[in-house]
Amino acid sequence: MSKRSFFFKMITSSLIRRRSRMLVALLAIAVGGTILSGLVTIYYDVPRQMGNEFRNYGANMIFLASSNDVQLNAENVEEAKSHIKAGQLIGAAPFRYEMVQIHEQPIAVAGTDIEGAKATSPYWLVDGEWPAAPNEALVGKKEAAHLNLKAGDTFNMVYSTENDEVLESGETVAPTAKMTVTGILETGGSEEEYIYISTDDLEALTGSAGRIDVVELSVSAERDELEAYTQSIPAAVPEVTPRLVKRVTESESQVLTKLQALVLLVTSVVLVLTMICVATTMTAVVTERRKEIGLRKALGATDREIVGEFMGEGLLLGGFGGLIGVFLGFAFAQYVSRNVFSNSITFQFWLLPVTVIVSILVTGLACLLPVRNATEVDPAVVLKGE
Amino acid sequence: MSVLEIKNVSKIYGDLHALDNVSLSVEEGEWVAIMGPSGSGKSTLMNIIGCMDKATSGQVILDGRDIAKESQKKLTAIRRDKIGLIFQQFHLVNYLTAVENVMVSQYYHSIPDEKEALEALDRVGLRERAHHLPSQLSGGEQQRVCIARALINYPQIVLADEPTGNLDEANENIVLDIFKQLHKEGTTLIVVTHDPEVGEVAQRTITLEYGKIVRDVKNATFQET
Repeated sequence: MSKRSFFFKMITSSLIRRRSRMLVALLAIAVGGTILSGLVTIYYDVPRQMGNEFRNYGANMIFLASSNDVQLNAENVEEAKSHIKAGQLIGAAPFRYEMVQIHEQPIAVAGTDIEGAKATSPYWLVDGEWPAAPNEALVGKKEAAHLNLKAGDTFNMVYSTENDEVLESGETVAPTAKMTVTGILETGGSEEEYIYISTDDLEALTGSAGRIDVVELSVSAERDELEAYTQSIPAAVPEVTPRLVKRVTESESQVLTKLQALVLLVTSVVLVLTMICVATTMTAVVTERRKEIGLRKALGATDREIVGEFMGEGLLLGGFGGLIGVFLGFAFAQYVSRNVFSNSITFQFWLLPVTVIVSILVTGLACLLPVRNATEVDPAVVLKGE
Repeated sequence: MSVLEIKNVSKIYGDLHALDNVSLSVEEGEWVAIMGPSGSGKSTLMNIIGCMDKATSGQVILDGRDIAKESQKKLTAIRRDKIGLIFQQFHLVNYLTAVENVMVSQYYHSIPDEKEALEALDRVGLRERAHHLPSQLSGGEQQRVCIARALINYPQIVLADEPTGNLDEANENIVLDIFKQLHKEGTTLIVVTHDPEVGEVAQRTITLEYGKIVRDVKNATFQET
């Protein structure tokens, strides 16, 4: 048997046959490894997870026309949208605003893609239903109170311009649409002062198609990437100027930074605690094995060999604990992700060597002092007969 | 030819003279018993011969070389290469089997060789128990493993500290028979003991009192086997 094989035989026998003692250290390392791998997985997954969460708080980017001389339309908006990476665009809602008359009062109406508005503004609270068929309208809460409208009511919407037909009697005939209220919109914001109808209905009423005033977009990307889009999209589509909704992007960025700092802090604290636990266990191990250390020295072991054997045990323990930690950590991260973010995460293979190496390093560091104490054992004293 | 020569060795702890100007010489193949009451300096002398302690003054010449002033590192190497140690409490590594315990000694000396370790266990009649852990062996069997471990590297001196101190009479006889066999094969044996029966079977008995040699006699009853 080679010296190396016998070395491994000795340290594995020590770990396996003295498992009740080493289990405490292994448990500490495995817990440390679990927290490390679990939190690092979450750390890297949080931006994606939180990004999706933040998308519930509305659009984080808008498209505007780059100047008064150009207009947004379906073509340039589609082209601009195509520059956003696949999978990042959660929703886009084009809006066109017009003033109409309802009960002879001027009211602001927004024509939009209803499905797009649903996707970009998941926080909109609708009492009733979203419009699904032609001539259906979603009325903002303030406007509904003002016009005394509720779900199921109908109203006439008149689009009056200078070009209205003038009858012989002198009356003017303006385009009119009879609309049905499907729901009342509650947002706590300015949206409650509008009536939302489909773009098709608004275009039919106004008799003009293709105009878009603003597009609201919900993009699942980090702030840096969103800012990069504000440069790259106008370069490719000059008619479109993307702007970030700073209220959303900044708070998103701040929350992420704080959350990531918290994860780093917790991971560091857990690693230090792991180190203390391993160091305590190894100190106890060295103390209870003083006679064995004395014997080995009496048999001719050098200090270096004693250090090698105890470090070998510690590092093997560290590696094994780290390996357990990787898988428990993934299970932990998956549990957190499913319960907090309602989303699954994928296993990060690079975490396997990283967790094992960090566990080995932490264990090695924790073993330094106890192992140094082991070399100070005096065989003549500990082996003394009684 | 002397394998060990001690000249005017003293070991002083503060005011206490654990060894006081001790001189003796041990011939190759000789079987020497060192006796004396507790506190007479037996263990101190054994530690100095076993390179586990240093004399305050005097010379300790082992195999022609004065080791009294050697560094701890050198003493470790000398102990590994020239001394075989047998302990009263056996001191086996409790998570290694009997044969692995023997191989530990080979591991620090040169290269572990299981076949040779099994042969050493065979010499002490423990071949069948080679793969048992110390907790599965009786006290006598553990001491025989300890003897096999001491012999495995063919040391120049086998140094035994109260080798039968923890054994019943039957096992004491087994161990003494092994010593007789070793002596017959030419092994130099130095046995530190309280037990007069163990002292009597040795070729020569040195008695220490208060750190001094008070008697050094050849045993008339010693029988070459």
